[in-house]
Amino acid sequence: MTWVNAVIQGMLLGGLYALIACGLSLTFGVMRIVNLAHGDLAVCGAYLGLVLSSALGVPVWYTLPLLLPAAFAIGMALQVLLFGRALRHGVLAPVLVTFGLSVMIENLLQVAATSDPRGLNGGALALASFRLGSITVSWLFLAAFLAACAVLSGLQLLLSHTSWGRKVRATSDDPDTARLVGIKVRPVFATVAGIAIATAALAGVFIGTIGTFDPLTGTTILIFAFEAVVIGGIGSLWGTLVGGVVMGVTQVVVGEVNQAYAVLAVNLLFLAVLTVRPGGLFTSAQAAGEVRDAGALG
Amino acid sequence: MRRDTAIGSRDAEPSVTPVTVSRWSRTASAFTGVCVVAVAFGVAVPYVIGGPAEQPLITLLTFVAMGSLWNLLAGFSGLTSFGQQAYIGVGAYALYLIAEHGIDPFVGIIPAAVVAAVVSLPVSALVLRLSGGYFAVATLVVASTFQIIATLSPSVGGTTGVSVPGLAGYSDVLREALTYWATLAVAVISVAGVYLLVRRTFGLDARAVGSDPVGAAASGVRVGRIRLLAYVVAAGGAGAVGALIALQTLYVEPTSAFSIQYSVDMLFMVLVGGMGTIEGPILGALVLFALQETLSAYGAWYLVIVGGLAVVTTLVASRGLWGLASERLGWSLLPVGYRVRQPRTGTGPAEPRTPP
Repeated sequence: MTWVNAVIQGMLLGGLYALIACGLSLTFGVMRIVNLAHGDLAVCGAYLGLVLSSALGVPVWYTLPLLLPAAFAIGMALQVLLFGRALRHGVLAPVLVTFGLSVMIENLLQVAATSDPRGLNGGALALASFRLGSITVSWLFLAAFLAACAVLSGLQLLLSHTSWGRKVRATSDDPDTARLVGIKVRPVFATVAGIAIATAALAGVFIGTIGTFDPLTGTTILIFAFEAVVIGGIGSLWGTLVGGVVMGVTQVVVGEVNQAYAVLAVNLLFLAVLTVRPGGLFTSAQAAGEVRDAGALG
Repeated sequence: MRRDTAIGSRDAEPSVTPVTVSRWSRTASAFTGVCVVAVAFGVAVPYVIGGPAEQPLITLLTFVAMGSLWNLLAGFSGLTSFGQQAYIGVGAYALYLIAEHGIDPFVGIIPAAVVAAVVSLPVSALVLRLSGGYFAVATLVVASTFQIIATLSPSVGGTTGVSVPGLAGYSDVLREALTYWATLAVAVISVAGVYLLVRRTFGLDARAVGSDPVGAAASGVRVGRIRLLAYVVAAGGAGAVGALIALQTLYVEPTSAFSIQYSVDMLFMVLVGGMGTIEGPILGALVLFALQETLSAYGAWYLVIVGGLAVVTTLVASRGLWGLASERLGWSLLPVGYRVRQPRTGTGPAEPRTPP
């Protein structure tokens, strides 16, 4: 029963990874930017939740109506001020700019909030659980998993059934042609960045409620998010969920044997997927081609 | 060194005026002279000034080596690795293991570099499948994996780390002087090695791969080989730097050996100094050194400034300080390209611009 329990807990944890990763996947899919500050922006979301919930004296969930629009606005501003400009300087510039941003955020957080680990006030939900046979399921983990499913379905619906989604897909396929047929590319990019950062902030709130966070947590979050994206298959939203779940199950099952090897196992799983199926488990051929280099050509 | 060729220009002028194509210039010769004198002086520092000058120079020279090596990867070959700390750590641990087996640690620097290069071979097979930002994060994953492996290995001290053995025979003064000389040697070999490498066809190929891999492949450049060579050389160099850092701190411990701070430093030096030039990372190392000396008391603010300057440089002056300076002055101190010189007609520039 321990193993069934481990698999279920791992699947729920995987939902959290997918929630972190979907913003990264979206930014890459549409703008061709790998945002190396994605994890740090998630941590910023957690700190913002901390500030708001302690100022208002309520559990962090009630601050989401304030927090998510704020994160959306920050994402749009970052796209307009930094990422969009970086894109005009070639393919390397976004990598360098987002890494520089990551260093800045981590150290600004150290200055503003010290490096003490913090946790968020999750209210009653944080401690509640229910029993499924002999397995105890935490409502909090289930909420994170359901939030990931909701965000992914929402994005999928938006992308495939709205005029905004059509614009995003057209821009993602070919920004120049999209511009020719009258799509205003910059607002499309700005809204996509806004959504990506808002999902990162939501993930940050869950991370902060489930465990603790400090200014340097961002790099770890980035690595997990990235692994989920690559394992699931670059460019596939549902693949990201599967990638997250595979990671979560690996981590919890190995952790059941020896906690020290849990993260190592996830990293090795990632490297193994990269060896055997570099395109990930579910991948669109186009997205894989964008990412895989011309090394095979030489 | 001078290799001038005269070719006929196809100007619309009535008589064919020959233009000279050359790589070397008077400025470059003068600067090479300055470099030789500086290195000679550098070698003499432990005799002339001694201890107080050695520590800061060791830091500076380590920066120079790290910057030049990262420039080979990111500046010339377009491989923005943020995981070079993986090989710095491997070099440091390799030095410990070599010294454990009774080999003099100073001799151990070379095998430590070789170990790092050998380790990078299988890793390159994985990470070089990705490009751009995905390559960058994959290198981070590799570094984090190496760090966890070191943490889980009791034979190298686990989380607590180990101190470098085999140095008891040296007096403090001699040990510091030897560390300094070793650092100087690694810095000079890194700069000269990268310079000599990119002056060959490799340099042109690497820059083609960096700016457009598909185009480069279509023109017959063996993209995979170029990237592999750049990656392995940079890893070997990082291994040597790691071994030096172990000798400087006398202690190897996972958190600092695999610290992402090394990548932040490399990125800063190369970006601010000037990507894809030989002079740039050296200038960047001087800037980083100066910033660290003046601002390190401010702790995190120092890194906020470092990150901010990297972002601003990328967006505003993507060719870095050296790019700005050489554009203004028309200098190329360590040229990697060729320049075309019109015969002097009175108004012609004495030092024409080098194509970037």
